[in-house]
Amino acid sequence: MTGGLETVELTKSFGGVTAIDAATVAFQPGKVNALIGPNGSGKTTFFNCVTGMIRPDSGRVRYRDHDITGRAPHRIARAGIGRSFQLCRVFPRMTVLDNLLVAVRAGGLRSSRNRAEMERARGWLTRVGIDHLEHAEARNLSWGQQKLLELAGVLMADPETILLDEPAGGVNPALIDRIGALVRELNAEGRTFLIVEHNMDMVMSLCDHVVVFDRGRPIAQGPPAAVKSDPRVLEAYLGV
Amino acid sequence: MASDYLLELHGIEAGYGRAALVLRGLTVRVPAGTIVCLVGPNGAGKSTVLKVASGLLAPRAGRILVDSTDVTGQRPQQMLASGLAHVLQGHSVFREMTVAENVLLGGYTLRDKAVVAERVAFVQELFPVVGERWKSLAGLLSGGQQKQVEFARSLMVRPKVVLLDEPSMGLDPKTTSTVFEQVVRMRDAGTAVLLVEQNARRALETADIGCVLDLGTVHMSGPAAELLADPLLSELYLGGRPAERPISPER
Repeated sequence: MTGGLETVELTKSFGGVTAIDAATVAFQPGKVNALIGPNGSGKTTFFNCVTGMIRPDSGRVRYRDHDITGRAPHRIARAGIGRSFQLCRVFPRMTVLDNLLVAVRAGGLRSSRNRAEMERARGWLTRVGIDHLEHAEARNLSWGQQKLLELAGVLMADPETILLDEPAGGVNPALIDRIGALVRELNAEGRTFLIVEHNMDMVMSLCDHVVVFDRGRPIAQGPPAAVKSDPRVLEAYLGV
Repeated sequence: MASDYLLELHGIEAGYGRAALVLRGLTVRVPAGTIVCLVGPNGAGKSTVLKVASGLLAPRAGRILVDSTDVTGQRPQQMLASGLAHVLQGHSVFREMTVAENVLLGGYTLRDKAVVAERVAFVQELFPVVGERWKSLAGLLSGGQQKQVEFARSLMVRPKVVLLDEPSMGLDPKTTSTVFEQVVRMRDAGTAVLLVEQNARRALETADIGCVLDLGTVHMSGPAAELLADPLLSELYLGGRPAERPISPER
């Protein structure tokens, strides 16, 4: 199957450090994909290049057979790619509900305060399980609750493909289960996922296709079980 | 009378601004030579316990004792002088400074150069990577190496108890193993540890004593190995399916 998110010879360096090294990767549309690898292997830089947060030095990013290399982040979002961040990026002094409404405020602050958008926001809050916190300021939420709020914010833009950067990072096991179940539901509804995650239980139980990065390029890819037993992955990442 | 505990938090109530209390009468004790870990759901108040212990957040009620001395209400620098060092969640190294500069900052309050040299030798032996990368910019180190620089910095003042907030967050499996090994080395070198960790199973495997927090109070505590073997705890907090009923306070 073609037409999903893919990169060709993608390269990005910072000074003398090559973060992404001519990475050619194709993720499976309609599936839950994982991107794993040691700290410093270039995963977040890869996310940043794909979503337009930083411009690659060379190489191409393609999505649904269109070249989106170097496009601004908002244009990539409009193309259907949403993302979360490793460290939550919520507006701390805004309410939970307003944090979602800013995602649709392209027409001005008042435009999103129509009943339909508010109901849509409440729907996502219910879906991620924090509807009871609608009027709380985001800064008073726990880390895990902020993760859920950020995910709901991503969903407000109705992306077809969702990139999640360490959704289980700093989150308790029960909440990880809830996030995993939500990803499964959303995937069943047709959304593609690309997840950077160190929690191997989550990756192995949730993902259909796993790509392993080391030193800025893929060293293995395939179904979770095959990747987990790959000697290169054991050596570079799992350390067993 | 001297206590067997290096750190005691008694009946702590604490919260943020006008919001509801996060900690509701919490009591936690850290004996010498042990790793005590706090596990529980997000929002249970685990990180808040560490902020109260290190003076970043003043408790509204309760008492804090360090080696039997009442330090309740002291400011962070006084808590540090009392023997409590706090390693924050996430990365807190100064990336544009060298490893040496980062570690020596931890000894900023030390006036005796001989003591500083002794502590530097100590942390370099305990965390070999710190010595190996002594002149490197901290920002060039991997996440796990940076975490060890933070550990080393916290030990410069010879704390009685180190408060560790989520040391494995954002680290890959291989590095996580290394970091937990280093936590054990800290304990074995004579520093008690109060550990907050979402990787609850791994934390309990590392710790001597576990405390399960929920809704701002301790619901269960005991030898970490026993908690690890508890099927209900496993179901609720260690990666199983969340149960319908809450954990019993009587346990």
